[in-house]
Amino acid sequence: MVEFWWSYAWPTLWMVIQILFIVVPLLIVVAYLTYAERKVIGFMQLRMGPNVVGPFGLLQPFADALKLMTKELIIPTGANRVVFLIAPMLTFVLAMVGWAVIPVAEGWVLSDINVGILYLFAISSLGVYGIIMAGWASNSKYPFLGALRSAAQMVSYEVSIGFVIITVLLAVGSLNLSDIVLAQQDVWFFIPLFPMFIVFVVSALAETNRAPFDLPEAEAELVTGYNVEYSAMAFALFFLGEYANMVMMSGMTVILFLGGWLPPLDIAILNWIPGIVWFALKVSAMLFVFLWVRATLPRYRYDQLMRLGWKVFLPASLLWVVVTAGAIVVFDWYPGVVN
Amino acid sequence: MVIQALAFYLFAALAVASGVMVISARNPVHSVLFLILAFFNSAGLFVLIGAEFLAMILVVVYVGAVAVLFLFVVMMLDINFAELREGFLQYLPIGALIGLILAAELILIFGTWIVAPDVGQSLTAPILPPDQVTNTHALGQVIYTDYIYLFQASGLILLIAMIGAIVLTLRHRPGVRRQKIADQVSRRREDVVEVRDITTGSGA
Repeated sequence: MVEFWWSYAWPTLWMVIQILFIVVPLLIVVAYLTYAERKVIGFMQLRMGPNVVGPFGLLQPFADALKLMTKELIIPTGANRVVFLIAPMLTFVLAMVGWAVIPVAEGWVLSDINVGILYLFAISSLGVYGIIMAGWASNSKYPFLGALRSAAQMVSYEVSIGFVIITVLLAVGSLNLSDIVLAQQDVWFFIPLFPMFIVFVVSALAETNRAPFDLPEAEAELVTGYNVEYSAMAFALFFLGEYANMVMMSGMTVILFLGGWLPPLDIAILNWIPGIVWFALKVSAMLFVFLWVRATLPRYRYDQLMRLGWKVFLPASLLWVVVTAGAIVVFDWYPGVVN
Repeated sequence: MVIQALAFYLFAALAVASGVMVISARNPVHSVLFLILAFFNSAGLFVLIGAEFLAMILVVVYVGAVAVLFLFVVMMLDINFAELREGFLQYLPIGALIGLILAAELILIFGTWIVAPDVGQSLTAPILPPDQVTNTHALGQVIYTDYIYLFQASGLILLIAMIGAIVLTLRHRPGVRRQKIADQVSRRREDVVEVRDITTGSGA
Protein backbone atom coordinates (compact mmCIF):
# COMPACT_ATOMS: atom_id res chain seq x y z
CA MET A 1 0.00 0.00 0.00
CA VAL A 2 2.82 2.36 0.93
CA GLU A 3 4.60 1.47 -2.27
CA PHE A 4 1.46 2.10 -4.29
CA TRP A 5 1.12 5.53 -2.69
CA TRP A 6 4.70 6.65 -3.32
CA SER A 7 5.12 5.19 -6.80
CA TYR A 8 1.71 5.81 -8.33
CA ALA A 9 -0.78 7.82 -6.32
CA TRP A 10 1.51 10.59 -5.07
CA PRO A 11 3.14 11.32 -8.48
CA THR A 12 -0.32 11.52 -10.03
CA LEU A 13 -1.56 13.78 -7.27
CA TRP A 14 1.56 15.95 -7.49
CA MET A 15 1.03 16.23 -11.26
CA VAL A 16 -2.57 17.32 -10.71
CA ILE A 17 -1.43 19.94 -8.19
CA GLN A 18 1.13 21.27 -10.65
CA ILE A 19 -1.49 21.40 -13.42
CA LEU A 20 -3.80 23.35 -11.12
CA PHE A 21 -0.95 25.77 -10.39
CA ILE A 22 -0.77 26.47 -14.12
CA VAL A 23 -4.43 26.37 -15.10
CA VAL A 24 -5.92 28.44 -12.28
CA PRO A 25 -3.64 31.48 -12.78
CA LEU A 26 -4.12 31.07 -16.52
CA LEU A 27 -7.90 31.23 -16.18
CA ILE A 28 -7.61 34.32 -13.99
CA VAL A 29 -5.33 35.90 -16.59
CA VAL A 30 -7.84 35.05 -19.30
CA ALA A 31 -10.69 36.53 -17.27
CA TYR A 32 -8.76 39.75 -16.68
CA LEU A 33 -7.63 39.83 -20.30
CA THR A 34 -11.25 40.30 -21.32
CA TYR A 35 -11.48 43.10 -18.75
CA ALA A 36 -8.19 44.62 -19.96
CA GLU A 37 -9.38 44.48 -23.53
CA ARG A 38 -12.55 46.41 -22.74
CA LYS A 39 -10.66 48.92 -20.59
CA VAL A 40 -7.80 49.48 -23.05
CA ILE A 41 -10.03 49.82 -26.08
CA GLY A 42 -12.35 52.00 -24.00
CA PHE A 43 -9.54 54.39 -23.12
CA MET A 44 -8.28 54.41 -26.71
CA GLN A 45 -11.77 55.45 -27.82
CA LEU A 46 -12.14 58.03 -25.01
CA ARG A 47 -14.63 55.91 -23.08
CA MET A 48 -14.43 54.53 -19.55
CA GLY A 49 -14.92 50.83 -20.27
CA PRO A 50 -16.52 48.64 -17.58
CA ASN A 51 -16.62 50.61 -14.31
CA VAL A 52 -19.78 49.58 -12.48
CA VAL A 53 -19.23 46.09 -11.03
CA GLY A 54 -16.74 46.39 -8.20
CA PRO A 55 -14.01 49.07 -7.87
CA PHE A 56 -12.95 50.23 -11.36
CA GLY A 57 -15.20 47.46 -12.72
CA LEU A 58 -12.68 44.86 -11.53
CA LEU A 59 -15.37 42.28 -10.81
CA GLN A 60 -16.81 42.55 -14.32
CA PRO A 61 -15.20 39.29 -15.60
CA PHE A 62 -16.82 37.35 -12.75
CA ALA A 63 -20.18 38.95 -13.43
CA ASP A 64 -19.88 37.94 -17.08
CA ALA A 65 -18.87 34.39 -16.15
CA LEU A 66 -21.77 34.04 -13.71
CA LYS A 67 -24.20 35.33 -16.30
CA LEU A 68 -23.00 32.89 -18.94
CA MET A 69 -23.04 29.98 -16.50
CA THR A 70 -26.64 30.52 -15.46
CA LYS A 71 -27.97 30.89 -19.00
CA GLU A 72 -29.66 28.12 -20.90
CA LEU A 73 -27.65 26.06 -23.36
CA ILE A 74 -29.58 25.87 -26.61
CA ILE A 75 -28.80 23.13 -29.12
CA PRO A 76 -30.36 23.82 -32.52
CA THR A 77 -32.66 21.07 -33.82
CA GLY A 78 -30.68 20.67 -37.04
CA ALA A 79 -27.36 20.49 -35.26
CA ASN A 80 -25.21 17.41 -34.98
CA ARG A 81 -25.45 17.16 -31.20
CA VAL A 82 -22.27 15.31 -30.28
CA VAL A 83 -19.94 17.26 -32.56
CA PHE A 84 -21.73 20.47 -31.60
CA LEU A 85 -20.89 19.88 -27.93
CA ILE A 86 -17.37 18.52 -28.49
CA ALA A 87 -16.26 21.55 -30.52
CA PRO A 88 -16.18 24.14 -27.68
CA MET A 89 -14.58 21.65 -25.29
CA LEU A 90 -11.89 20.89 -27.86
CA THR A 91 -11.16 24.58 -28.41
CA PHE A 92 -10.85 25.20 -24.69
CA VAL A 93 -8.76 22.11 -23.90
CA LEU A 94 -6.37 22.77 -26.77
CA ALA A 95 -5.88 26.32 -25.57
CA MET A 96 -4.93 24.95 -22.14
CA VAL A 97 -2.68 21.97 -22.95
CA GLY A 98 -0.08 24.07 -24.72
CA TRP A 99 0.96 25.50 -21.36
CA ALA A 100 2.32 22.10 -20.30
CA VAL A 101 5.62 22.86 -22.01
CA ILE A 102 5.96 26.63 -21.59
CA PRO A 103 8.76 27.53 -19.18
CA VAL A 104 7.62 30.58 -17.20
CA ALA A 105 10.92 30.82 -15.32
CA GLU A 106 14.15 28.85 -15.14
CA GLY A 107 13.02 25.27 -14.51
CA TRP A 108 9.39 26.28 -13.87
CA VAL A 109 7.82 24.04 -16.45
CA LEU A 110 5.46 21.12 -16.12
CA SER A 111 7.11 18.99 -18.79
CA ASP A 112 10.51 19.99 -20.16
CA ILE A 113 10.35 17.90 -23.33
CA ASN A 114 12.94 17.82 -26.09
CA VAL A 115 10.51 18.73 -28.84
CA GLY A 116 8.72 21.50 -26.91
CA ILE A 117 8.44 23.96 -29.77
CA LEU A 118 7.10 21.28 -32.11
CA TYR A 119 4.54 20.34 -29.47
CA LEU A 120 3.38 23.95 -29.27
CA PHE A 121 3.23 24.16 -33.06
CA ALA A 122 1.22 20.92 -33.20
CA ILE A 123 -1.21 22.11 -30.54
CA SER A 124 -1.75 25.48 -32.18
CA SER A 125 -2.34 23.79 -35.53
CA LEU A 126 -5.06 21.66 -33.93
CA GLY A 127 -6.99 24.75 -32.79
CA VAL A 128 -8.64 24.94 -36.19
CA TYR A 129 -10.62 21.76 -35.52
CA GLY A 130 -12.72 23.31 -32.79
CA ILE A 131 -13.79 26.01 -35.22
CA ILE A 132 -14.42 23.72 -38.21
CA MET A 133 -16.40 21.27 -36.08
CA ALA A 134 -18.45 24.09 -34.57
CA GLY A 135 -19.20 25.53 -38.00
CA TRP A 136 -20.15 22.22 -39.52
CA ALA A 137 -22.15 20.86 -36.57
CA SER A 138 -24.23 24.03 -36.27
CA ASN A 139 -25.78 23.15 -39.64
CA SER A 140 -26.32 26.80 -40.42
CA LYS A 141 -25.00 29.16 -43.06
CA TYR A 142 -23.10 31.83 -41.14
CA PRO A 143 -21.20 29.47 -38.85
CA PHE A 144 -20.24 27.32 -41.82
CA LEU A 145 -18.89 30.27 -43.80
CA GLY A 146 -17.02 31.50 -40.74
CA ALA A 147 -15.53 28.06 -40.16
CA LEU A 148 -14.37 27.76 -43.77
CA ARG A 149 -12.72 31.15 -43.66
CA SER A 150 -11.08 30.34 -40.39
CA ALA A 151 -9.75 27.00 -41.59
CA ALA A 152 -8.23 28.51 -44.73
CA GLN A 153 -6.75 31.38 -42.75
CA MET A 154 -5.20 29.29 -39.99
CA VAL A 155 -3.72 26.73 -42.39
CA SER A 156 -2.20 29.54 -44.48
CA TYR A 157 -0.55 31.38 -41.62
CA GLU A 158 0.72 28.22 -39.98
CA VAL A 159 3.08 27.76 -42.91
CA SER A 160 4.88 31.02 -42.26
CA ILE A 161 4.85 30.40 -38.49
CA GLY A 162 6.59 27.11 -39.25
CA PHE A 163 9.33 28.89 -41.19
CA VAL A 164 9.76 31.47 -38.42
CA ILE A 165 10.19 28.65 -35.92
CA ILE A 166 12.78 27.02 -38.22
CA THR A 167 14.74 30.28 -38.32
CA VAL A 168 14.80 30.47 -34.53
CA LEU A 169 15.76 26.80 -34.29
CA LEU A 170 18.67 27.40 -36.67
CA ALA A 171 19.94 30.03 -34.28
CA VAL A 172 19.40 27.86 -31.19
CA GLY A 173 20.25 24.32 -32.25
CA SER A 174 17.62 22.74 -30.02
CA LEU A 175 13.86 22.24 -29.96
CA ASN A 176 13.65 22.52 -26.20
CA LEU A 177 11.93 25.73 -25.08
CA SER A 178 14.24 26.27 -22.10
CA ASP A 179 17.25 25.97 -24.41
CA ILE A 180 15.66 28.49 -26.75
CA VAL A 181 15.37 30.99 -23.91
CA LEU A 182 18.88 30.30 -22.61
CA ALA A 183 20.29 30.82 -26.11
CA GLN A 184 19.10 34.44 -25.87
CA GLN A 185 21.30 35.36 -22.93
CA ASP A 186 23.55 37.53 -25.09
CA VAL A 187 20.95 39.08 -27.34
CA TRP A 188 17.21 38.56 -27.62
CA PHE A 189 16.32 37.10 -30.98
CA PHE A 190 14.02 39.93 -32.00
CA ILE A 191 17.12 42.04 -32.74
CA PRO A 192 19.02 39.76 -35.15
CA LEU A 193 15.81 38.20 -36.52
CA PHE A 194 13.69 41.36 -36.58
CA PRO A 195 11.82 40.64 -39.86
CA MET A 196 10.86 37.21 -38.55
CA PHE A 197 9.65 38.80 -35.32
CA ILE A 198 7.26 40.97 -37.32
CA VAL A 199 6.12 38.02 -39.43
CA PHE A 200 5.53 35.99 -36.29
CA VAL A 201 3.52 38.65 -34.49
CA VAL A 202 1.31 39.28 -37.52
CA SER A 203 0.86 35.55 -38.07
CA ALA A 204 0.01 35.17 -34.39
CA LEU A 205 -2.77 37.72 -34.88
CA ALA A 206 -4.04 35.73 -37.86
CA GLU A 207 -3.66 32.39 -36.09
CA THR A 208 -5.75 33.53 -33.14
CA ASN A 209 -8.36 35.11 -35.44
CA ARG A 210 -7.83 38.52 -33.90
CA ALA A 211 -8.32 41.92 -35.50
CA PRO A 212 -7.33 42.91 -38.16
CA PHE A 213 -7.65 39.28 -39.26
CA ASP A 214 -10.89 38.45 -37.43
CA LEU A 215 -12.70 37.50 -40.63
CA PRO A 216 -14.08 34.25 -39.22
CA GLU A 217 -16.25 36.33 -36.92
CA ALA A 218 -16.63 39.44 -39.05
CA GLU A 219 -19.76 40.69 -37.37
CA ALA A 220 -20.77 42.92 -40.24
CA GLU A 221 -20.95 40.02 -42.70
CA LEU A 222 -21.26 36.81 -40.71
CA VAL A 223 -23.02 37.93 -37.52
CA THR A 224 -20.22 36.40 -35.42
CA GLY A 225 -19.19 33.52 -37.62
CA TYR A 226 -18.60 30.05 -36.25
CA ASN A 227 -20.16 30.64 -32.82
CA VAL A 228 -23.50 32.11 -33.91
CA GLU A 229 -25.50 29.10 -32.73
CA TYR A 230 -23.75 28.77 -29.38
CA SER A 231 -25.06 30.03 -26.09
CA ALA A 232 -24.27 29.91 -22.38
CA MET A 233 -21.18 27.90 -21.30
CA ALA A 234 -20.52 26.49 -24.78
CA PHE A 235 -20.12 30.05 -26.02
CA ALA A 236 -18.07 30.93 -22.94
CA LEU A 237 -15.69 28.04 -23.68
CA PHE A 238 -15.08 29.39 -27.20
CA PHE A 239 -14.51 32.82 -25.76
CA LEU A 240 -12.12 31.55 -23.09
CA GLY A 241 -10.35 29.41 -25.67
CA GLU A 242 -9.82 32.39 -27.97
CA TYR A 243 -8.36 34.51 -25.19
CA ALA A 244 -6.25 31.65 -23.80
CA ASN A 245 -4.88 31.21 -27.32
CA MET A 246 -3.93 34.87 -27.35
CA VAL A 247 -2.05 34.40 -24.08
CA MET A 248 -0.36 31.30 -25.46
CA MET A 249 0.72 32.97 -28.71
CA SER A 250 2.07 35.89 -26.66
CA GLY A 251 3.95 33.39 -24.51
CA MET A 252 5.36 31.78 -27.65
CA THR A 253 6.47 35.17 -28.99
CA VAL A 254 8.14 35.96 -25.68
CA ILE A 255 9.98 32.63 -25.61
CA LEU A 256 11.05 32.71 -29.23
CA PHE A 257 12.00 36.36 -29.59
CA LEU A 258 11.86 38.31 -26.33
CA GLY A 259 14.11 36.22 -24.14
CA GLY A 260 11.51 34.39 -22.05
CA TRP A 261 12.19 34.88 -18.35
CA LEU A 262 15.52 36.67 -18.88
CA PRO A 263 15.84 40.27 -17.67
CA PRO A 264 16.62 42.88 -20.33
CA LEU A 265 20.12 43.49 -18.98
CA ASP A 266 22.29 40.96 -17.20
CA ILE A 267 22.95 43.15 -14.14
CA ALA A 268 22.46 42.29 -10.49
CA ILE A 269 19.52 44.53 -9.67
CA LEU A 270 17.48 43.18 -12.60
CA ASN A 271 18.53 39.61 -11.87
CA TRP A 272 17.05 39.89 -8.36
CA ILE A 273 13.57 40.16 -9.82
CA PRO A 274 12.25 36.61 -10.27
CA GLY A 275 12.07 35.29 -13.81
CA ILE A 276 8.33 34.78 -13.73
CA VAL A 277 7.84 38.53 -13.23
CA TRP A 278 9.82 39.30 -16.37
CA PHE A 279 7.92 36.60 -18.25
CA ALA A 280 4.56 37.99 -17.09
CA LEU A 281 5.59 41.56 -17.95
CA LYS A 282 6.65 40.57 -21.44
CA VAL A 283 3.50 38.53 -22.04
CA SER A 284 1.41 41.47 -20.84
CA ALA A 285 3.25 43.78 -23.23
CA MET A 286 2.52 41.41 -26.12
CA LEU A 287 -1.12 41.15 -25.09
CA PHE A 288 -1.32 44.93 -25.01
CA VAL A 289 -0.07 44.93 -28.62
CA PHE A 290 -2.91 42.52 -29.51
CA LEU A 291 -5.47 44.92 -27.98
CA TRP A 292 -3.79 48.01 -29.40
CA VAL A 293 -3.86 46.54 -32.90
CA ARG A 294 -7.55 45.74 -32.51
CA ALA A 295 -8.34 49.32 -31.52
CA THR A 296 -6.22 50.76 -34.34
CA LEU A 297 -6.58 48.81 -37.57
CA PRO A 298 -9.58 48.13 -39.78
CA ARG A 299 -10.37 44.57 -40.84
CA TYR A 300 -8.58 43.08 -43.84
CA ARG A 301 -10.50 42.01 -46.89
CA TYR A 302 -10.45 38.24 -47.34
CA ASP A 303 -8.45 38.06 -50.58
CA GLN A 304 -5.93 40.55 -49.18
CA LEU A 305 -5.53 38.35 -46.11
CA MET A 306 -4.76 35.33 -48.25
CA ARG A 307 -2.42 37.35 -50.45
CA LEU A 308 -0.52 38.58 -47.40
CA GLY A 309 -0.13 35.04 -46.08
CA TRP A 310 0.86 33.23 -49.24
CA LYS A 311 2.50 35.88 -51.43
CA VAL A 312 4.23 38.08 -48.87
CA PHE A 313 4.92 36.19 -45.64
CA LEU A 314 5.65 32.79 -47.13
CA PRO A 315 8.36 33.97 -49.58
CA ALA A 316 9.75 36.43 -47.03
CA SER A 317 10.07 33.84 -44.28
CA LEU A 318 11.47 31.25 -46.71
CA LEU A 319 14.07 33.78 -47.86
CA TRP A 320 14.97 34.56 -44.27
CA VAL A 321 15.43 30.87 -43.48
CA VAL A 322 17.92 30.68 -46.37
CA VAL A 323 19.66 33.89 -45.27
CA THR A 324 19.96 32.73 -41.65
CA ALA A 325 21.19 29.28 -42.63
CA GLY A 326 23.66 30.84 -45.07
CA ALA A 327 24.96 33.26 -42.45
CA ILE A 328 25.43 30.43 -39.96
CA VAL A 329 27.39 28.38 -42.47
CA VAL A 330 29.49 31.24 -43.88
CA PHE A 331 30.44 32.87 -40.57
CA ASP A 332 30.67 29.54 -38.74
CA TRP A 333 28.10 30.59 -36.13
CA TYR A 334 26.98 27.03 -35.45
CA PRO A 335 25.11 27.00 -32.16
CA GLY A 336 26.45 24.53 -29.67
CA VAL A 337 24.48 21.32 -30.13
CA VAL A 338 22.50 20.94 -26.94
CA ASN A 339 21.41 17.47 -26.02
CA MET B 1 6.19 0.11 -16.49
CA VAL B 2 2.56 -0.46 -15.51
CA ILE B 3 1.69 3.09 -16.53
CA GLN B 4 3.40 2.69 -19.90
CA ALA B 5 1.59 -0.60 -20.51
CA LEU B 6 -1.75 0.96 -19.56
CA ALA B 7 -1.05 3.93 -21.84
CA PHE B 8 -0.07 1.60 -24.66
CA TYR B 9 -3.27 -0.43 -24.40
CA LEU B 10 -5.33 2.75 -24.15
CA PHE B 11 -3.76 4.32 -27.26
CA ALA B 12 -3.74 1.06 -29.20
CA ALA B 13 -7.35 0.20 -28.37
CA LEU B 14 -8.50 3.72 -29.23
CA ALA B 15 -6.52 3.68 -32.48
CA VAL B 16 -8.00 0.36 -33.56
CA ALA B 17 -11.50 1.31 -32.48
CA SER B 18 -11.39 4.64 -34.29
CA GLY B 19 -9.92 2.86 -37.32
CA VAL B 20 -12.96 0.60 -37.37
CA MET B 21 -15.23 3.61 -36.93
CA VAL B 22 -13.60 5.32 -39.92
CA ILE B 23 -15.00 2.68 -42.25
CA SER B 24 -18.23 1.99 -40.40
CA ALA B 25 -19.45 5.51 -39.51
CA ARG B 26 -22.54 6.51 -41.47
CA ASN B 27 -21.60 10.14 -41.81
CA PRO B 28 -18.40 10.81 -43.83
CA VAL B 29 -17.53 13.81 -41.64
CA HIS B 30 -17.62 11.53 -38.60
CA SER B 31 -15.32 9.16 -40.51
CA VAL B 32 -12.77 11.94 -40.98
CA LEU B 33 -13.04 12.93 -37.31
CA PHE B 34 -12.39 9.32 -36.30
CA LEU B 35 -9.46 9.25 -38.70
CA ILE B 36 -8.04 12.25 -36.85
CA LEU B 37 -8.53 10.42 -33.55
CA ALA B 38 -6.67 7.44 -35.01
CA PHE B 39 -3.77 9.69 -36.09
CA PHE B 40 -3.70 11.19 -32.65
CA ASN B 41 -3.50 7.84 -30.91
CA SER B 42 -0.76 6.70 -33.29
CA ALA B 43 1.15 9.82 -32.26
CA GLY B 44 0.66 8.71 -28.66
CA LEU B 45 2.11 5.30 -29.52
CA PHE B 46 5.12 7.00 -31.14
CA VAL B 47 5.70 8.95 -27.93
CA LEU B 48 5.58 5.72 -25.95
CA ILE B 49 8.38 4.13 -27.99
CA GLY B 50 10.45 7.29 -27.55
CA ALA B 51 10.03 8.69 -31.08
CA GLU B 52 8.72 12.06 -29.92
CA PHE B 53 9.89 13.89 -33.05
CA LEU B 54 7.92 11.56 -35.33
CA ALA B 55 4.91 11.89 -33.03
CA MET B 56 4.93 15.67 -33.27
CA ILE B 57 5.49 15.62 -37.04
CA LEU B 58 2.58 13.19 -37.39
CA VAL B 59 0.33 15.60 -35.53
CA VAL B 60 1.60 18.71 -37.35
CA VAL B 61 1.52 17.26 -40.86
CA TYR B 62 -1.32 14.76 -40.85
CA VAL B 63 -3.67 16.15 -38.24
CA GLY B 64 -2.83 19.83 -38.62
CA ALA B 65 -2.69 20.06 -42.40
CA VAL B 66 -3.72 16.97 -44.39
CA ALA B 67 -6.78 16.08 -42.32
CA VAL B 68 -7.95 19.71 -42.34
CA LEU B 69 -8.02 19.70 -46.13
CA PHE B 70 -9.62 16.29 -46.08
CA LEU B 71 -12.33 17.49 -43.72
CA PHE B 72 -12.82 20.52 -45.93
CA VAL B 73 -13.41 18.37 -49.01
CA VAL B 74 -15.69 15.90 -47.24
CA MET B 75 -17.80 18.68 -45.69
CA MET B 76 -18.26 20.24 -49.12
CA LEU B 77 -19.14 17.00 -50.92
CA ASP B 78 -22.74 16.37 -51.77
CA ILE B 79 -22.87 12.60 -51.50
CA ASN B 80 -25.77 10.24 -51.57
CA PHE B 81 -24.95 7.96 -48.66
CA ALA B 82 -27.32 5.16 -49.68
CA GLU B 83 -25.69 4.97 -53.11
CA LEU B 84 -22.30 4.84 -51.49
CA ARG B 85 -23.31 1.90 -49.32
CA GLU B 86 -24.54 -0.16 -52.28
CA GLY B 87 -21.10 -0.93 -53.64
CA PHE B 88 -19.87 -2.08 -50.23
CA LEU B 89 -20.10 -5.83 -50.87
CA GLN B 90 -18.78 -5.44 -54.39
CA TYR B 91 -15.58 -3.77 -53.21
CA LEU B 92 -15.18 -5.99 -50.15
CA PRO B 93 -12.96 -8.64 -51.84
CA ILE B 94 -10.48 -6.03 -53.12
CA GLY B 95 -10.37 -4.33 -49.73
CA ALA B 96 -9.88 -7.64 -47.97
CA LEU B 97 -7.08 -8.53 -50.41
CA ILE B 98 -5.23 -5.27 -49.73
CA GLY B 99 -5.68 -5.81 -46.00
CA LEU B 100 -4.27 -9.33 -46.29
CA ILE B 101 -1.24 -8.10 -48.25
CA LEU B 102 -0.53 -5.45 -45.59
CA ALA B 103 -0.91 -8.01 -42.81
CA ALA B 104 1.42 -10.42 -44.63
CA GLU B 105 4.04 -7.69 -45.02
CA LEU B 106 3.85 -6.80 -41.34
CA ILE B 107 4.20 -10.47 -40.39
CA LEU B 108 7.21 -10.78 -42.70
CA ILE B 109 8.92 -7.79 -41.09
CA PHE B 110 8.31 -8.89 -37.52
CA GLY B 111 9.07 -12.50 -38.43
CA THR B 112 12.51 -11.43 -39.64
CA TRP B 113 13.14 -9.80 -36.28
CA ILE B 114 12.25 -12.95 -34.44
CA VAL B 115 14.16 -15.33 -36.73
CA ALA B 116 17.30 -13.18 -36.93
CA PRO B 117 17.30 -10.66 -34.06
CA ASP B 118 20.53 -8.96 -35.14
CA VAL B 119 19.36 -8.30 -38.69
CA GLY B 120 18.63 -4.70 -37.75
CA GLN B 121 22.29 -4.06 -37.05
CA SER B 122 23.47 -5.38 -40.39
CA LEU B 123 20.84 -3.51 -42.38
CA THR B 124 20.83 -0.02 -40.97
CA ALA B 125 23.71 2.38 -41.12
CA PRO B 126 25.18 2.91 -37.67
CA ILE B 127 23.46 5.85 -36.01
CA LEU B 128 24.61 7.41 -32.81
CA PRO B 129 23.31 5.37 -29.85
CA PRO B 130 19.93 6.57 -28.56
CA ASP B 131 21.16 7.36 -25.06
CA GLN B 132 23.64 9.94 -26.37
CA VAL B 133 21.54 12.01 -28.77
CA THR B 134 17.90 13.02 -29.01
CA ASN B 135 16.01 11.39 -31.84
CA THR B 136 15.63 14.79 -33.52
CA HIS B 137 19.40 15.03 -33.73
CA ALA B 138 19.74 11.42 -34.93
CA LEU B 139 17.11 11.93 -37.64
CA GLY B 140 18.80 15.12 -38.77
CA GLN B 141 22.12 13.31 -38.96
CA VAL B 142 20.66 10.51 -41.07
CA ILE B 143 18.44 12.56 -43.38
CA TYR B 144 20.44 15.73 -43.94
CA THR B 145 23.98 14.42 -43.66
CA ASP B 146 24.20 10.73 -44.50
CA TYR B 147 21.48 10.57 -47.12
CA ILE B 148 21.46 14.16 -48.34
CA TYR B 149 21.31 13.23 -52.05
CA LEU B 150 18.33 10.94 -51.59
CA PHE B 151 16.68 13.68 -49.57
CA GLN B 152 17.31 16.22 -52.33
CA ALA B 153 15.97 13.76 -54.91
CA SER B 154 12.74 13.26 -52.98
CA GLY B 155 12.46 17.04 -52.65
CA LEU B 156 12.76 17.37 -56.43
CA ILE B 157 10.09 14.70 -56.95
CA LEU B 158 7.74 16.63 -54.66
CA LEU B 159 8.53 19.85 -56.52
CA ILE B 160 7.68 18.21 -59.83
CA ALA B 161 4.45 16.86 -58.37
CA MET B 162 3.57 20.34 -57.15
CA ILE B 163 4.31 21.94 -60.51
CA GLY B 164 2.28 19.20 -62.19
CA ALA B 165 -0.70 19.88 -59.96
CA ILE B 166 -0.48 23.61 -60.69
CA VAL B 167 -0.17 23.05 -64.45
CA LEU B 168 -3.17 20.71 -64.44
CA THR B 169 -5.46 23.03 -62.52
CA LEU B 170 -4.37 26.50 -63.58
CA ARG B 171 -6.43 28.01 -66.35
CA HIS B 172 -6.63 31.60 -67.38
CA ARG B 173 -10.23 32.55 -67.80
CA PRO B 174 -10.85 35.53 -70.06
CA GLY B 175 -12.68 38.50 -68.65
CA VAL B 176 -11.46 38.10 -65.09
CA ARG B 177 -10.05 41.31 -63.65
CA ARG B 178 -7.34 40.75 -61.10
CA GLN B 179 -6.24 43.12 -58.41
CA LYS B 180 -2.74 44.35 -59.14
CA ILE B 181 -1.37 45.66 -55.89
CA ALA B 182 1.75 47.13 -57.51
CA ASP B 183 -0.35 49.19 -59.93
CA GLN B 184 -2.52 50.45 -57.12
CA VAL B 185 0.42 51.40 -54.97
CA SER B 186 2.29 53.11 -57.79
CA ARG B 187 -0.73 55.19 -58.79
CA ARG B 188 -0.03 58.88 -58.27
CA ARG B 189 -2.57 61.50 -57.43
CA GLU B 190 -1.63 63.57 -60.51
CA ASP B 191 -2.46 60.68 -62.88
CA VAL B 192 -6.00 60.17 -61.75
CA VAL B 193 -7.34 63.32 -60.12
CA GLU B 194 -7.77 66.54 -61.97
CA VAL B 195 -8.72 69.67 -60.11
CA ARG B 196 -10.64 72.18 -62.20
CA ASP B 197 -11.65 75.60 -61.16
CA ILE B 198 -15.21 76.06 -62.24
CA THR B 199 -17.04 79.29 -61.75
CA THR B 200 -20.36 79.15 -60.00
CA GLY B 201 -23.28 78.39 -62.27
CA SER B 202 -21.22 77.27 -65.29
CA GLY B 203 -20.79 73.61 -64.31
CA ALA B 204 -22.82 71.02 -66.24
